[in-house]
Amino acid sequence: MSVAKRIIPCLDVDKGRVVKGINFVDIVDAGDPVEIAKKYDQEGADEITFLDITASHEGRDNILSVVEQVANEVFIPLTVGGGVKSFSDVRDLLSVGADKVTINTAAVSNPDLINEVTNRIGRQCIVVAVDIKKSKDQYHVFTHGGRHKTELDAVNWCMECQDRGAGEILLTSMDKDGTKEGFDNEILNEISNKLNIPVIASGGAGNLKHLYEAIVLGKADAVLAASIFHFGEYSISQAKDFLRDKGVFVR
Amino acid sequence: MKKIAVIDYGMSNLHSVIKSFQKASDKRYKLCVVTSEKNLKDASMIILPGQGAAKSCMQKLSENFPNLSEFILNKPFFGICLGFQILFEKSFEDDGVNCLSIIEGSVNDFRKQVSKDLKVPHMGWNNVEQKNDHAIWNNIPRKSFFYFVHSYYALAKSEENISSITKYDINFTSSVIKDNLFACQFHPEKSSRYGLQLISNFINWSESLQ
Repeated sequence: MSVAKRIIPCLDVDKGRVVKGINFVDIVDAGDPVEIAKKYDQEGADEITFLDITASHEGRDNILSVVEQVANEVFIPLTVGGGVKSFSDVRDLLSVGADKVTINTAAVSNPDLINEVTNRIGRQCIVVAVDIKKSKDQYHVFTHGGRHKTELDAVNWCMECQDRGAGEILLTSMDKDGTKEGFDNEILNEISNKLNIPVIASGGAGNLKHLYEAIVLGKADAVLAASIFHFGEYSISQAKDFLRDKGVFVR
Repeated sequence: MKKIAVIDYGMSNLHSVIKSFQKASDKRYKLCVVTSEKNLKDASMIILPGQGAAKSCMQKLSENFPNLSEFILNKPFFGICLGFQILFEKSFEDDGVNCLSIIEGSVNDFRKQVSKDLKVPHMGWNNVEQKNDHAIWNNIPRKSFFYFVHSYYALAKSEENISSITKYDINFTSSVIKDNLFACQFHPEKSSRYGLQLISNFINWSESLQ
């Protein structure tokens, strides 16, 4: 028996409010973070991820207050990311109640940050978010919210993150994100098989079958989704029932 | 107001532990973060949360809480995660660390035990199978899910100390109970409603002991 596969709703937060980016561009307001987090906890979400997409520097303190308010009332693991650049950013988020912090661009520009957090606080609290896009037969890593292409190969980069002490990989397929066509299970499977840390699938969930496929075909340890839950198309408990009926071990 | 002491040895994130105990106790207790032993004396209960490595934890505790075992034996005590593991005799983390020896047994490395396809740390929600009908489990279904994050697992020697077991390839001790002590490998402060129920049960049980 393994550990239960996790369903993780992802909330994009801008200036203290939850929004959802479709293909990282269009944004629709979807509500108050504390109320949404409470609702997801009641429905059986295994974890909640907050992604701070606030562009302005002044707005960045909002996320600390959002995390603190949610952590005061919601008692499931909270993961926070977006704009995390330094060890002190990580520490600040953990001190207001985050359990894990996601780093993306900063991990690429300063990979030693992964080692530093792991050595000083422990590997369980660092999630490296890897945004990838396929061109020809290779998957490249992108940074800066998907705007900058790097020369890093997706598989190699994930392996390096693991070696440096990352606790988990949050793998987002930019080709699939927002399409509702399903996850990119091929690359997911390859990376999940190579790593011995959990891989969270992200980008492309349009229905419950997609979640199932990411777990069974993609070998994902957890699936992250936003819009299919936010707009009430499916509840978390429906997703759990669906997966359980198909024999997946879920809470 | 009566006090619940939360031991801080500089490694843990205490936010959720404090908030969950506040919520579960309906704000009847003052949660105090304590960094030295003298502040344990007037506490009604002691909580030892924990993250990080066993060796540095034991070092910090022996510097700032040299008589911790005595307090643990004499006051209602709740240990979480590393605060559960250090109750055993020995941990095999960091080439071996002698622990408090309050519970007979040892703490071992998952990587040496579980099959290669299982990921370590054991991170996420898993079943906690209750091994007794103690008041600590009131209103919690027998195999409820709780949230775990750990790379080392405990095996208690004596059946009577084992309050629950959990399976991750192998069966390990996921909580222990002894006299006025309860401690668990999982994180009740991150385990949603049953986590809060467990904390509330602990507080009620502690009150019944006094």
